[in-house]
Amino acid sequence: MTTLFTSDHEWLRIDGDVATIGVTDYAQSQLGDVVFVELPKVGRTLNKAEAAAVVESVKAASDVYAPISGEVLEVNEALAAEPALVNSDAGGKAWFFKLKIADKSELGGLMDEAAYAKHTA
Amino acid sequence: MLARDEFPLKRTPLHALHVARGGKLVPFAGYEMPVQFPPGVLREHLHTRSHAGLFDVSHMGQLALRPKSGKVLDAALALERLVPQDIVAVAPGRQRYAQFTNSEGGILDDLMVANFGDHLFLVVNAACKTEDEAHLRAHLQDSCVIDSLGDRALVALQGPKAESALAKLCADVTAMRFMDTGPRTVAGIAAFVSRSGYTGEDGFEISVPADRAEALVTALLENPDVLPIGLGARDSLRLEAGLCLYGHDIDTTTTPVDGALEWSVQKSRRAGGARAGGFPGAEKILAQFASGAPRRRVGLLPEGRAPVREGALLFADAAAGEPIGKVTSGGFGPSLNAPVAMGYLPTSLAGNGTQVFAEVRGQRLPLKVAPMPFVPNTYKR
Repeated sequence: MTTLFTSDHEWLRIDGDVATIGVTDYAQSQLGDVVFVELPKVGRTLNKAEAAAVVESVKAASDVYAPISGEVLEVNEALAAEPALVNSDAGGKAWFFKLKIADKSELGGLMDEAAYAKHTA
Repeated sequence: MLARDEFPLKRTPLHALHVARGGKLVPFAGYEMPVQFPPGVLREHLHTRSHAGLFDVSHMGQLALRPKSGKVLDAALALERLVPQDIVAVAPGRQRYAQFTNSEGGILDDLMVANFGDHLFLVVNAACKTEDEAHLRAHLQDSCVIDSLGDRALVALQGPKAESALAKLCADVTAMRFMDTGPRTVAGIAAFVSRSGYTGEDGFEISVPADRAEALVTALLENPDVLPIGLGARDSLRLEAGLCLYGHDIDTTTTPVDGALEWSVQKSRRAGGARAGGFPGAEKILAQFASGAPRRRVGLLPEGRAPVREGALLFADAAAGEPIGKVTSGGFGPSLNAPVAMGYLPTSLAGNGTQVFAEVRGQRLPLKVAPMPFVPNTYKR
């Protein structure tokens, strides 16, 4: 499994033609305490760069954009009950949604872990 | 967005301390202010409600209104020409919430007015202070000298541990009750102390000379009950307390009656009172007292978990119809552990328990009109 990153601080774990997507630990540290997460509907087709989810802190709402195009296969219902998971385990239990990858060539523009580390340094 | 002419940002006398304490500084009303400290908005909010929070509000305007006659009554009568409040009745050592109104009955700013015995002491909003000072000079210069106290800092100490923390530096604050005010010596510093604030909690606001602000704050922060709190938690605290933020919940287009601030207009200034009217917009405001206003500021509790924020349009119906109002403040209330908002609705729909809908990202979310404060206040009356 490969993990890739966007400049908007999302991570994608690629498993065959399925990508699991969440926000990075750096992103959660910038957002502050997450109090609400809105997820896309299962079955929705997302275009790359389209607003897909919303993360809200006490102070503000932030969009999470689809890093690649694809159909939403599954969403993490646990985030609705426990939005603070985004703060405690951004890279793990707090995954947002799974996409069926529409076009693998879109993965080419994403960063690997080393490049992302440099991006946030 | 910050207008270009607001640069460079001003700094308060506590700027270096904010940086040293890890404050995240953002532009606010022309100042570089801490929006949060390392614990974050949620923990800062809850700490203020359980212990004590220390807020730098030095960006706010502090003014002295000195009567040329030497009699504070003359300053009070003069100020009553600009506000719908009874200022004459504010006893020495007491303060009162007030609003500057315009000729249409709208609110130019809201403020605190204290009677310091031989003059009045005013605290106004940062974003309005230049206009407020000009307004006072334009209308009251015949009878008062208007002193802008730009060389003073202001901090607020709020929460259930505020009294014990401040009492360590100034024993006689324990005898003060809500809205008492006056000169006190705090940690050896000549200060003005009032028992008031903007969080719904018991607490104090302390004005000191700018060059003593850091010494005062350092002394207060030596107490482990006291943490520095940013503007983020200041906003969520005042929202839970149902308190208006000027420029959002009240402005030049809202009257004190629209804004559900009737409680702040004393009987003496209303129709039939000893000094009825005589302030800008009195005709409109007194007519609204008699026959009601078309719209009203209300508390709103979203039924779901999604915060409904400022600017969201309000509807009577889940699907159809034109907007009937707007959310003016909204977010997440950490003490309620739920989203919370306030906004304006037609008076006919402003009753507690009325269900309305807010449009958020294309969906209409249900909210109920709810009494304020959302969190009971703990003032020492």
